[in-house]
Amino acid sequence: MKITRRQLMILLPAAAVAWESVLAGTPEDAPNYKKTDHWWGMLIDIPKCIGCGNCVRACQTENDVPDGFFRTWVERYHVSDWPMTESGPITPNPLIAPEVISPDGGKEGFPAATDESGKYFFVPKLCNHCADSPCTQVCPVGATFISPDGVVLVDQKYCLGCAYCVQACPYGCRYIHPTKEVADKCTLCYHRITKGMTTACCEACPTGARQLVDLKNPNDPIHAFLKTHSVQVLKPQMATGAKLFYNDLDGSVR
Amino acid sequence: MSVFKDVGHLFRFAGLFVLAFLVFLVVRHYYVPKSFGQYGHYRGAAIGEIAQRPVKFAGHEACEACHSDVSDKKKAGKHAHVNCEACHGALASHVNHMMGTDTQVPKAGPGAPTQLADDPSLEKPVLPDTAVLCARCHTASAAKPKGFPQVDPASHSNGISCETCHNPHSPSMDAGGAK
Repeated sequence: MKITRRQLMILLPAAAVAWESVLAGTPEDAPNYKKTDHWWGMLIDIPKCIGCGNCVRACQTENDVPDGFFRTWVERYHVSDWPMTESGPITPNPLIAPEVISPDGGKEGFPAATDESGKYFFVPKLCNHCADSPCTQVCPVGATFISPDGVVLVDQKYCLGCAYCVQACPYGCRYIHPTKEVADKCTLCYHRITKGMTTACCEACPTGARQLVDLKNPNDPIHAFLKTHSVQVLKPQMATGAKLFYNDLDGSVR
Repeated sequence: MSVFKDVGHLFRFAGLFVLAFLVFLVVRHYYVPKSFGQYGHYRGAAIGEIAQRPVKFAGHEACEACHSDVSDKKKAGKHAHVNCEACHGALASHVNHMMGTDTQVPKAGPGAPTQLADDPSLEKPVLPDTAVLCARCHTASAAKPKGFPQVDPASHSNGISCETCHNPHSPSMDAGGAK
């Protein structure tokens, strides 16, 4: 067979592209764990949360989260009553101006509340592991992504630390690690859930207010729970496809 | 006079262009990681690397494998749903030490256990201080759910430690103190 110079010029680049995929090969997957069999999320049962901060401390221990940074944190909301005056209701509307505190992310719990008026509740927050996450879409180098099992992860070897994703997250769940200088966030304890364990925060929660859920598992109790409870996600209007389900979430939560 | 008089220049330029493209492909081959694009626009191998991070909380199943006496007592009491490490802290290092699987945890680098292998706390972990521990959950606050058992620690026990009357594994007074 005779190849002309013209044919060679066309064939060489094509061969180079093909060789690349040959070299890549078929990477081995983790044994006993099929990524396509899972679609992870979490259920937060607000009435069960007592604001002890166990989850925040457990997350810091498990994932070496630096002090002052949080992969998960707890907020305490206080929505005041609606006292009416002669001229009408007081402003601002307590529902749109709740009092929110989170001292050191709630790591050491909260000061005892003495004001009996209004209502209180605790809102644990963490990465929502959105199915259409804004943070992964803005990464200029492909260092953050949604894994095939629905977990939003950061490739810290590839991250430049440009912090676009930190700004893009509508839930404030990302930070730049102070010493690694790359984006860091909740991995939904990916190193645990792929071994059949639950997350550190769920393991440490004393009241069961947090539950890891696998939406692809037909036997997961989440399916029955979603049918029988009023469940909401944060900022549904942003269409992020959040998979952090809050039971009994108050309208004042932002 | 032909427009293509010096057509050879164009061919030489095209040749340079093809050469540059080939150089680009070769450089790209060495600089783009092999697994990039395996699942999407990211390095597929990163998933495996994140999954390899060491575990610090062993999980209550690991505790119950040896401490079934405690877990049986706990199951009968009001703390049945409280996992061991919620109070005792992360103890995968203890489990690894007792099971002789220390080697699975990297000894150096980020994420390595802070304790050394001859640390006695690996053999017998430090007991939590009930004065701090119980108060974290059970200190009375208007912010806590109304049905949750809450006390004012100062007036409730007069400084007597919690476990004098309550066994943390089965806290009802009928179950007796921890002895």
